[in-house]
Amino acid sequence: MLIRFRKIIISVFVFSILPSSFLLAQSGSSALFSTGLLLVAAIIIIMAIYLVSENLLGIEAHQIGKGGEPSGTGSFFGKIKGVKVPKYVNGHFTKLTKGHNILLKGAPTDDVVEVKATTFAIQPKNFNGMSPIPKVVVNEGDEVLAGQELFFDKKRPEIKYMSPVSGEVMSIKRGEKRAITEVVILADKVQKYREIPAIDLDKVSRDNLVQFLLDCGGWTMIRQRPYDIIAEHNVVPDNIFISTFDTAPLAPNPAVLIKGQENHFQTGVKLLSKLTNGRVHIGLDANGESAPPSVFVNVADAEKHWFAGPHPSGNVGVQIHHTKPISSKDQVWILGIQEVLTLGKLINDRKYDVSRIVAVGGQVLSHPRHVRTKLGAKLNDILDGQGIKEDDRIISGDVLSGKAKLQDGFLNYFDDQISVIPEGKEFELFGWLLPLKMRPSISRTFPGFLFKEMQYSVNTNTHGEGRAFVMTGQYEDMLPMNIYPQHLMKAILTKDFEKMEGLGILELSEEDVALCEFACTSKQPLQHILRSGLEIMQEQG
Amino acid sequence: MSKILEFVKKLEPKKGTFVHTLYDGFFTFLFTPDEVTHGGTHIKDGMDLKRTMMMVVIALLPAYLFGIYNIGHQHFIALGAHTGFLDGFHLKFLFGLGKLLPIFIVTNVVGLGIEFYYAFKKGHGIEEGFLVTGALIPLIMPPDLPIWILVLAVAFATWIGKEAFGGTGMNIWNIALLARVFVFFAYPTTISGDEVWVSGIASTQSGAMAEYGIWHDACNWLFGLFGADTFNEAATVVDGYTGATPLILAYQGGWDAVTHVYSEAQMWWGTIPGSIGETSKPLIILGALFLIATGIASWRIMVSMVFGAAIMSLLLNAWDATPFMSVPWYYHFYMGSFFFAMAFMATDPVTASSTNRGKWIYGFLIGFIGIIVRVLNPAYPEGWMLAILLLNTFAPLIDHYVIQGNISKRLKRA
Repeated sequence: MLIRFRKIIISVFVFSILPSSFLLAQSGSSALFSTGLLLVAAIIIIMAIYLVSENLLGIEAHQIGKGGEPSGTGSFFGKIKGVKVPKYVNGHFTKLTKGHNILLKGAPTDDVVEVKATTFAIQPKNFNGMSPIPKVVVNEGDEVLAGQELFFDKKRPEIKYMSPVSGEVMSIKRGEKRAITEVVILADKVQKYREIPAIDLDKVSRDNLVQFLLDCGGWTMIRQRPYDIIAEHNVVPDNIFISTFDTAPLAPNPAVLIKGQENHFQTGVKLLSKLTNGRVHIGLDANGESAPPSVFVNVADAEKHWFAGPHPSGNVGVQIHHTKPISSKDQVWILGIQEVLTLGKLINDRKYDVSRIVAVGGQVLSHPRHVRTKLGAKLNDILDGQGIKEDDRIISGDVLSGKAKLQDGFLNYFDDQISVIPEGKEFELFGWLLPLKMRPSISRTFPGFLFKEMQYSVNTNTHGEGRAFVMTGQYEDMLPMNIYPQHLMKAILTKDFEKMEGLGILELSEEDVALCEFACTSKQPLQHILRSGLEIMQEQG
Repeated sequence: MSKILEFVKKLEPKKGTFVHTLYDGFFTFLFTPDEVTHGGTHIKDGMDLKRTMMMVVIALLPAYLFGIYNIGHQHFIALGAHTGFLDGFHLKFLFGLGKLLPIFIVTNVVGLGIEFYYAFKKGHGIEEGFLVTGALIPLIMPPDLPIWILVLAVAFATWIGKEAFGGTGMNIWNIALLARVFVFFAYPTTISGDEVWVSGIASTQSGAMAEYGIWHDACNWLFGLFGADTFNEAATVVDGYTGATPLILAYQGGWDAVTHVYSEAQMWWGTIPGSIGETSKPLIILGALFLIATGIASWRIMVSMVFGAAIMSLLLNAWDATPFMSVPWYYHFYMGSFFFAMAFMATDPVTASSTNRGKWIYGFLIGFIGIIVRVLNPAYPEGWMLAILLLNTFAPLIDHYVIQGNISKRLKRA
């Protein structure tokens, strides 16, 4: 609170003292000039008073809204303008002002369509830190059940990676240096599930529960921060975080994902609460006009945290930073909504059911919508009849942090979104100075910043060439965390371990810096740099 | 558009030659490349470094136009002819243009030449850093600076100040100011004193002749066709003219001495002698507001620099030992190049502090130290160049402490 008042005082000082000084200086010279300055000063002072009163109202509203200190991570004006708390918010509230929403054409509608996917694959590359050649326990041609083990990582043999569907192991594809890239399953028409023992969540011990999850495949739904790897089975996490909303471009609608599966979500959260010494924390969306689905708001066995603000406020990393920031000794676990549902179904239905609702979006699609399929489905099957052309880029994930895929590629393990945008391999006459097409930008040198609701068509052109770091303060405005991304990146490039850790590399994952990378004037590959830094940190232990 | 592209593509010389580097440099100015994203984000912001730099150049344009005209205006004031601001408009404009064009062209030919050469040697594309530097250097030089000195200064700044450190984005000191400081220390008489700020006259003694050359003869012939006013080859400097800048006057006799020669309005609007682009405060503030509105330059540095300068001049007002110290603090903003330094020099993102908190400290110290140099230094009554270069040197240190603060906060949590 003190910081806020200090800012107010400074701003009033700036706004009132400066113009009046010029006024003083001008006394005696032309009357017109002085009158002009007087007018400007008057406007500025009125503005200052308005801002201050707004802010005081905001603080009051904030106190009514019960929450703790609003995390001051906003711009100067954002801070002095104060915080508006939506009516439906009933708990700890954090207003994030940094970041940027990128609105694209072709946002998925709320319709959910069943698609007939026939092939599915699990891709070892989806798991950070896994050795390139995991031990595959099935052979080509074997019949597998849904939830039957396909392979395990030799470094951590306890953790088994399961088949998403029942069917025949079609192929085990290998890439460079014989690394296994895909284990492909041809799905049966009628799905057969592996038997899963019943478990009583109220009575089971933590050890038994962990063993249960490892045995029946639920474990691979849980990721660990730092490093964004599959959780370690012999560690008790400090806290578990679930973000119930996604602010990325063309993101799925959480209400669509959860519809009809509310009980599974609750069971999943209850299960998770047995696994940690801390709490399960749920990140709730306070951006909308109305409250998010009631199952999120009313879920038991969890602590709720409300977040408002532009992308990346829906990123779990950002939410962790503002709830219980990770330090070098901590480990927290994270899950997406649909991973929690899978855990819930293990208990409720006694099935390894990895059904996924996937948002399919992008300006080139004829029907942007949600589709119901299963984890690891073939993209061709999902995108059938969408009118995709040769020179379109298919992305598993969002346009900022997703991975480019060929048409015969597969949905990545943790993705609930497919984006399709055209490639931008074209020259543009004076494209840097006078672009003919509107394009998303954080820069106020484009008129787009005046139209906040505008949706853009995009392509994959880099809009300029790579350069050394020149601009400063740009990344900080795109990352609502108390981190200096540019200095962190430089520390990674120079392999300065202590500085990397000190500057908070452990709190970050690629998706968190993706927006910085989008905004970067020098077109630096920040996600790549960050991952290489995380890999070094992990090796060093 | 595709026809232009085809035509330009046909001109492409062989790869790996110096000409190709040149071609590539100009090609990327004409067309944004067809490069697509790979690996990281799939879409990129429309902003790139070229556009960023161009915005700064646009912000400089008003200062350029006024600077050109003011060269001519000061010249005729010294001669006692066309003393009204708009009198002899064509003469003043063309006189100024005749002075500025050679400076601008030489700066850019030398600077870009070195830049292109290094781009070729290192095998990377031509970077646009010099776009702004090349626009800034002419504005901070006196109009009569000998061209050979300019060549040396620009070469020094680009070579030692920039390429030696690795090119655009790697330099420690502001390159434009490095060019100026080179002239200042190597050829001090060409950039300080009373004589140098007014061009086209042999000296500021009354009776000194105006210096005209081929350019002016050509102009005279042209104006003769229309029966307009022409350059008067026999004109001499009028009695009682000094050419002293307000700062020199303030150093000698305080604010009274300044207002004896120049009115406040003259100083504010910029119809006074000085470096080419520094004099017109409203136009520079316009440029500064443009840079703040577009988010290109840091408003934090600008605001804190105003505070630093104001507080130091208030302290000096309180001390009040020399006539210059007693100049009221707000009049310091009327004299010299405070606003130009604030808007375009201190805010260079490469050499300024890179953390937001660091920017507050950095800007404040520039304002603070700049006034000290201005008021207390007997040799040279202007401080921004030296203050900014000094703080450029310390900017990494400021950042270091800001970052250490962030680090220790995180360690405490662990």
